[in-house]
Amino acid sequence: MLMGLLVLLLCQLLGEWLVLATGLPVPGPVMGMVMMLVGLIGLRKVPEMIRTPAEGLLRHLALLFVPAGVGLTVHAELIAAEWLVILTALVVSTVVTIIVTALILKRLTRNLKLDAGEAKHD
Amino acid sequence: MTSFWVYFAAKPLWWIIITIATFLFTSWLNRRVGGTPLLHPVLVALTLIIILLRLTGTDYETYFEGAQFIHFLLGPATVALAIPLYDHFERVKKMLVPLLIACACGATVASLSVIAVAWMLGASQETLLSLAPKSVTSPIAIGIAEKIGGYPSLAAGLVLITGAIGCLAAPPIFRWLKIEDDAVKGFTLGLSSHGFGTAFAFEFSTLAGAFAGLAMGLTGLLTAFIVPVLVRLLGLG
Repeated sequence: MLMGLLVLLLCQLLGEWLVLATGLPVPGPVMGMVMMLVGLIGLRKVPEMIRTPAEGLLRHLALLFVPAGVGLTVHAELIAAEWLVILTALVVSTVVTIIVTALILKRLTRNLKLDAGEAKHD
Repeated sequence: MTSFWVYFAAKPLWWIIITIATFLFTSWLNRRVGGTPLLHPVLVALTLIIILLRLTGTDYETYFEGAQFIHFLLGPATVALAIPLYDHFERVKKMLVPLLIACACGATVASLSVIAVAWMLGASQETLLSLAPKSVTSPIAIGIAEKIGGYPSLAAGLVLITGAIGCLAAPPIFRWLKIEDDAVKGFTLGLSSHGFGTAFAFEFSTLAGAFAGLAMGLTGLLTAFIVPVLVRLLGLG
């Protein structure tokens, strides 16, 4: 558990360091995620010691958004001034995104056999 | 009574307890009302905490002194997204090309369309830059907003609102477009509404949920690469 958490933090550190060194326009933790994925593909399995803390963190992912979300209070004036623009943009864009993605994927997977039977829940 | 309040409010511990307790309460509340995305636990929790900060005259910096310990965990949690991504790796390999194309198009449309609409309606530059990563799961969106010069906290809030909109809009759109494949439904939900969409997709089926989780990870990754480039191309950065 503790070892797995250390591995996650080390991946994040490696990611932050890579971003600094290469000047890539990605957040450090995202690079850390790529590092972790590459590592797992190399290992060909997820070690229990990493799975336990990772699934613990992801199970409570929603809670982790709260502190940053409360930061909306700092932007109260901006939101009061532009809330209609923001809301319209979000609604239009989200609807368009759903339509485009669903149509493209429907088109492209029409001839693919999707074996629904092996669906995993985790 | 006032001095008691001041003493405790100054302690970081107090705001950690408030954050976790409020979230537990709003999660319970959301289950009680049948899990509607309109009353998502995160949205309700942050509204309640903002009201509490206003009522007690506490500024965000003070709150964040305590809450930063929760916020910090977003870093390792982002890294942890690699685990569900790896779990579905066999499926990804099988459908790699269609998924990548759909994801690249969807992620580009998501950022480009929100920037375009907001720009046409005359939004300020900071708003535009905070809107750009709105379809991406929050830990990644916060990172992107920091990177391109938007407000991370505004971006995080907008991501949460996008998630709720997506969950409300998707079912009628799926009916209208006659989308019946749960893999397509799930992937679309995960792409447009990140974690909210993923949780929602599991209510269709586990297949939809798996594809939503996959889309969430892929979109986060792709958007992290696409948005900074897009911002530079549009001359916003």
